[in-house]
Amino acid sequence: MIWGVLQFPGSCDERDALHACAVASGEPARLVWHESRDLGGLDAVLVPGGFSYGDYLRAGAIARFSPAMEAVAEFAAAGGPVLGICNGFQVLCEAGLLPGALLRNAELRFVCRQAELIDERGGERLSIPMKHGEGRYYAPEAMLDELETGGQVAYRYAEGHNANGSVRDIAGVRNAAGNVLGLMPHPEHAVDPLTGSTDGLKVFEAMARVAA
Amino acid sequence: MVKARVLIRPKEGILDPQGKAVERALPALGFEGIGHVHVGRMVELEAEDPARLDELCEKLLANPLIEDYEIQTL
Amino acid sequence: MSVEISKHRELGLTDSEYELIVEKLGREPGDVELAMFSLLWSEHCAYKHSRKLLRRLPTEGERVVMGPGENAGAVDVGNGHAVAFKVESHNHPSAVEPFEGAATGVGGILRDVFAIGARPIAILDSLRFGELDSLRSRHLLDGAVRGIGHYGNSIGVATVGGEIYFEEPYEHNCLVNAMCIGLAKTEDMVRAAAAGVGNAVVLMGASTGRDGIGGASVLASAELGEGDEAKRPTVQIGDPFEESKVLECCLELLEKGLLVSLQDLGAAGLTSSAGEMASAGGVGIDIDVAAVPLREADMEPFEIMVSESQERMLAVVEPSRVEEVVAVCEKWETGAARIGVVTDSGRIRVLRGAEVVGEMPVEALVDGCPLYDLGPAEPEGWIYGNRQTLAPGASPEEELLALLGAPSIASKRWVFEQYDSLVGSRTVRRPEAADAAVLQLPEAGNAIAVSIDGNGRRVACDPYAGTIEAVLECVQNLACVGAEPLGLTNCLNFGNPEKPVPAWQLDRAVSGLADACTALGVPVVGGNVSLYNEGPDGPIYPTPVVAMVGELPDPAQVAGSSFVREGDAIALLGPFEPVLAGSELAKQRGELAAGLPQPDVAAVAAACATVRDAVRAGRLASAHDVSDGGLACALAESAIGAGIGCRVDLQHLRERGCSPEDALFGEGSGGFLVSGERAALEALGATPVGEVGGAAIEIAAGDRSLSLPLAEAESAWRSLAGRVDSR
Repeated sequence: MIWGVLQFPGSCDERDALHACAVASGEPARLVWHESRDLGGLDAVLVPGGFSYGDYLRAGAIARFSPAMEAVAEFAAAGGPVLGICNGFQVLCEAGLLPGALLRNAELRFVCRQAELIDERGGERLSIPMKHGEGRYYAPEAMLDELETGGQVAYRYAEGHNANGSVRDIAGVRNAAGNVLGLMPHPEHAVDPLTGSTDGLKVFEAMARVAA
Repeated sequence: MVKARVLIRPKEGILDPQGKAVERALPALGFEGIGHVHVGRMVELEAEDPARLDELCEKLLANPLIEDYEIQTL
Repeated sequence: MSVEISKHRELGLTDSEYELIVEKLGREPGDVELAMFSLLWSEHCAYKHSRKLLRRLPTEGERVVMGPGENAGAVDVGNGHAVAFKVESHNHPSAVEPFEGAATGVGGILRDVFAIGARPIAILDSLRFGELDSLRSRHLLDGAVRGIGHYGNSIGVATVGGEIYFEEPYEHNCLVNAMCIGLAKTEDMVRAAAAGVGNAVVLMGASTGRDGIGGASVLASAELGEGDEAKRPTVQIGDPFEESKVLECCLELLEKGLLVSLQDLGAAGLTSSAGEMASAGGVGIDIDVAAVPLREADMEPFEIMVSESQERMLAVVEPSRVEEVVAVCEKWETGAARIGVVTDSGRIRVLRGAEVVGEMPVEALVDGCPLYDLGPAEPEGWIYGNRQTLAPGASPEEELLALLGAPSIASKRWVFEQYDSLVGSRTVRRPEAADAAVLQLPEAGNAIAVSIDGNGRRVACDPYAGTIEAVLECVQNLACVGAEPLGLTNCLNFGNPEKPVPAWQLDRAVSGLADACTALGVPVVGGNVSLYNEGPDGPIYPTPVVAMVGELPDPAQVAGSSFVREGDAIALLGPFEPVLAGSELAKQRGELAAGLPQPDVAAVAAACATVRDAVRAGRLASAHDVSDGGLACALAESAIGAGIGCRVDLQHLRERGCSPEDALFGEGSGGFLVSGERAALEALGATPVGEVGGAAIEIAAGDRSLSLPLAEAESAWRSLAGRVDSR
């Protein structure tokens, strides 16, 4: 599976994501510059973490208008797997490819720590780091109920691990079609036993099943 | 050329921790009797065609899911 | 006397310095020239009172790739790669506006590192504030931490370590020292020297505004007093997003071989960058201020030349390649303007279009500043006062809780969780997991470790011995993760050098630094000096912040500082002879006094080698250096991290002549607390003192024996958040 990782001015985690994609898929991944619409040869797209456009105005608000994101929207509409991590999750929500929005952490501080997540599909517990200042997931109650019944809540923070105040402990959501996934914690920082856990690989495996 | 000021505020009902933090800090600084504090954003601009300002607000300057906006022409 | 003379005094120049300028120019200086001289001849830029002392420091070694004098120092880490690093202060701006002061401190040190062609891979910070019962200190801590987090996180460089001390002498003069580490292919590194007569001088990055005008001479070369609020307009505002673009742009330009030389713009802006580039290259430079992209209209030439607007770099480019350089800058959406040319005049000429508005010989501006000798005088006894915070008759358990809960010793988790310590995927040991930060270098096939240390209180007790201790602390911390020192950088934070006591402190500290580095064979590859840190109550503690980078062969073989399992033996290793002098306990008892024992550098170095080799061979479960709070705190920290208690007997220290209190809470160099298999520890020459187990910290120490439930110890150790976020 060939991954493409978007790169905006201000992206931080794109190189780590590139490496993680290659480790997870066993094949080299490539960067997609924000001005390019060329997703040729890609089986999946990753919108990475960072501070695209400095998070100015709102996180992800400017990046969503890039040519690359327009191409990603078409790719997603055609069923292509798209993974948005942290700032990437914010971009996908701003672009309307995922429901809800990400707000400033309830405690108003950036928080970087290892978090335990529950994979809602199997109940499995994953240890994946979170690091963000605007990671509080929000959606209106009615929308949340729809997400729950539709099985669109992909990951939740385990008890005691919701450090940003996300509503209903939601850490990650899918679109209705199930091919677009966004989560705030960073699976790309959990693929190497030397630097932490390797549970991040399970998120990539879940995306690979979408592509199959 | 129209000068405009757009005020963007968090929607009612959404947790506004910034507003709360400011409100909580006030008594210690000697300000009593101040409540309902909300913190938002302000964008100033000059537009040749004011007719498109609403669209600009809806699409970029505000996120309608979580924010309300108000356009003041100056 | 003419009006001119009082103007120069306002800018910080003495009468004799002014007269020297007149002599060197052959006439009175105009406004532009006066502004430029006042900045480059300020203490901050010229090191007037420290340069002679700094010549004592050893700067050479076979692993040194770049030494002092370049934008950052660098050491060879093998496989064609080099690690660049440097620490710098941003003290006075942070005292005025902590968020932006700390943020731009980080921004500045990042630029110093990528200016030599190294990609920044890590940040560390060393901070000092007054005690946390002061609202001001809580405000400064909060602002500085948010500022460092804001800049480092946004630009995507991991903040992997640091230290923070809270002491009353820093109440009016906080310290914010930022360190950056970068990685480069040795052959791609670039120096700052301008070269090639006729080559273009190109300014890249953000536009130029009025940020920090006069900052260097007004803020950093004078003591802070009344009216600080009025200094707010001169504080620089940082934009990490802009720096991210400038960084990628510069690295791409260097990779493509498009630059002859590169320099960052920091204190004194264009004046110092252009001046230093010309001086290093033995050439002249013409700068046209009319070509500088401005953020504010109607800026005067002198303002443009001294502006400290952030996120700007200066490059020398062959004329035929300027177009390509501009194209790369456009790709990264950052500014590029051709603002000058390299000449053979040996002069800096400032033009506005065709009109010359200022000029001087490069040598006069950059190297012509007089260097001063200090007039040191040792003070009589302890000059910093004492404040008793520990009730007399406290039990040993109460004392341990008071030490663990002391903000200087307590866990800094509240701080480092505001930093991204993961980006870059190199962080093998996250903050507080081990005694030093460890970063893997797959490119070089090994790893590096970094430690930054400098207990100002102990240096105040004895500037010579205390500084040697700071250097030894670094070596010990590196040893605990199996790393061998490669090089050192330092930031000397001291009071007013024109006064006899701070002068004496600086003189003795530099000697201690020089002697320690020479004895250990660790070269000083760069550093920074911040003087005049003095307020109405007197000088700060003399604070030589020392940072050391070391290498280790295998990042998978790195011990942590916490115990690992029940049943492991605990042992003490090294020439540890603790005493209460200068200790945190002495501070809390209000018994601080001058004097420290002299450390045995050779003996400590030998112990470091033993620990280092043992860690590399995987023979230790944990390794922790004994420092603030003494052995009892070190044991508590190792236990809390493991979630398992310990049972220890300090009889052998008592046999060496230590009182029970010295053994528990005494401080000093040379102590390693290790754990693992008993036989393995004994084979190293370590002295077993107990074992890991239980749910309490139990230490037998004669009539000061203690038993403290682990949960209570942890609660005290994790109390910092509650102290800061008080509402």
